Amino acid sequence: MSVDKDTVRRIAKLARLALDEGRCEPMAQELNGIVAWMEQLNEVDVTGVAPMTSVVEQALKMRDDVVTEGGNADALMANAPGGEDHFFVVPKVVE
Amino acid sequence: MTNPADFTLAEARDAVRAKKISSVELTKALLGAVEAARPLNAFVTKTPERALDMAKASDARIAKGEGGALEGLPLAIKDLFCTKGVRTTAGSNILSNFVPPYESTVTQNLWDAGAVMLGKTNMDEFAMGSSNETSHFGPVFNPWRSRSSNANLVPGGSSGGSAAAVSGSMCLAATGTDTGGSIRQPAAVAGIVGLKPTYGRCSRYGIVAFASSLDQAGPMTKTVRDAAILLRTMASVDPRDSTSVDTPVPDYETAVDGGVKGLRVGIPREYRVDGASPEIEALWTKGVEWLKAQGAEIVDVSLPHTKYALPTYYIVAPAEASSNLARYDGVRFGNRARDVRDITDLYEKSRAEGFGAEVQRRILIGTYVLSSGYYDAYYIRAQKLRSLIARDFAEAYKKCDVLLTPATPGPAFAVGSKSADPVAMYLNDVFTVTVNLAGLPAIAVPAGLTADGLPLGLQIIGKAFDEATVLRAGRAIEIAANFDAKPAQWWRGT
Repeated sequence: MSVDKDTVRRIAKLARLALDEGRCEPMAQELNGIVAWMEQLNEVDVTGVAPMTSVVEQALKMRDDVVTEGGNADALMANAPGGEDHFFVVPKVVE
Repeated sequence: MTNPADFTLAEARDAVRAKKISSVELTKALLGAVEAARPLNAFVTKTPERALDMAKASDARIAKGEGGALEGLPLAIKDLFCTKGVRTTAGSNILSNFVPPYESTVTQNLWDAGAVMLGKTNMDEFAMGSSNETSHFGPVFNPWRSRSSNANLVPGGSSGGSAAAVSGSMCLAATGTDTGGSIRQPAAVAGIVGLKPTYGRCSRYGIVAFASSLDQAGPMTKTVRDAAILLRTMASVDPRDSTSVDTPVPDYETAVDGGVKGLRVGIPREYRVDGASPEIEALWTKGVEWLKAQGAEIVDVSLPHTKYALPTYYIVAPAEASSNLARYDGVRFGNRARDVRDITDLYEKSRAEGFGAEVQRRILIGTYVLSSGYYDAYYIRAQKLRSLIARDFAEAYKKCDVLLTPATPGPAFAVGSKSADPVAMYLNDVFTVTVNLAGLPAIAVPAGLTADGLPLGLQIIGKAFDEATVLRAGRAIEIAANFDAKPAQWWRGT
């Protein structure tokens, strides 16, 4: 499998990453180099092997479904680049 | 008297407890060292005023006969740990103005024990790198230079600033994080000790996430004993991290001097890799002799899937990163692009401006291996390989208690010499990355110098939650290697 310019454009769109047209071709080449290197995993027979889901054997912890923190809107907004009052401001979303 | 900046953590602790030195005196000495080492660029943010306030508070507690395990001891914190009210950048432009309104659990544990914060250390952007060259805040220079050249060398990465700060005596010890080798690889090439604990030993709460199934915080220190001391305070079970494990934290320091008599040390034959330097091979052989001489039993073992660990890692880690880094959208925090057409444009431009080249590359790889049609071929296959790699270790541990391996394929390299080829850079983690994939603890210990005068390290890998034995074996290497070389402080007077 090889990564072409169109694939780079498509995954950049999926990743919400603006990529100048001039960078698509070099990026395709870089990704191809990396993907080709990953292909060596195809040498291994993985029949019957379960994919790893957790590296430590422990059951997922449960807690009571209660509010543990809250009422800190000021702190939440402190780093917002376009915050007004307690609202995040973004360009118009609905026409 | 020894310059207080040259104290180990244990020496400083004992001196402060015995009131031979105050925390303020100690802190001032280290702040002076930090300032003098400005050319190394080890710190992104220095916090001298906060350090002195914390030191004064420590001295007041000590005067009252109070004080925690790390009372009055100045530390450096990797800029991946959120620190309340102190800018936390993760080495990225996208977080260059981010001031967390909360504290990471690991750093909170340190402050609760009385430690003093000197500042936040430089690192590869979002911990993605093996040389500290991907930082938005510029590269860090290794305190070590080779005998034959004045070229600036990398300090390894991603915890390069922490490694340089410890190695250059700018702090007593530092925190690091390790996703594929980011504590152990810089520790080895900077001539210090670095310990990656078992996954789940330290809480990940408040640590900027890279690859959540691999990330783990750990100590970077001058000695194995210091690593034991710092880990005990860093480690805790935390309701805010559901993967932190509720296992008692032992007093690692008492375990350190237990010796290796009768310990079964496995030597994995697959760790003889092409491209490793002959000096590393020779040092590894020496390490085997050292442990044997102290009474360890040497066992040959096989970890057959070792060669697949790096490509597995470079599927799993970018996949998780592409998901974790989706949160940087220019809306709630972080960099926001100006002059945008619409909301999608805002996302795309904020992210393109905010992320550097290596981070963008990994987001794209991660998105690719998770995308429809490729998910099974790459991501699921990599997770199966991960199971096989973990199984290799489980099989080996039927025959041995710890493994001894090299820490890196070679010594520190020159700044700029490996940046052109991503895969060549990734190979720096060939000996460290398997451990993250299997969630195990491992320590890098400085063990010798190259003919050109650069430090090299050996690695001890242990069983899950058996950091005590890892530290014990690490200490045996430390005793035999008797590594007491220090970098010449060439930066003083530059």
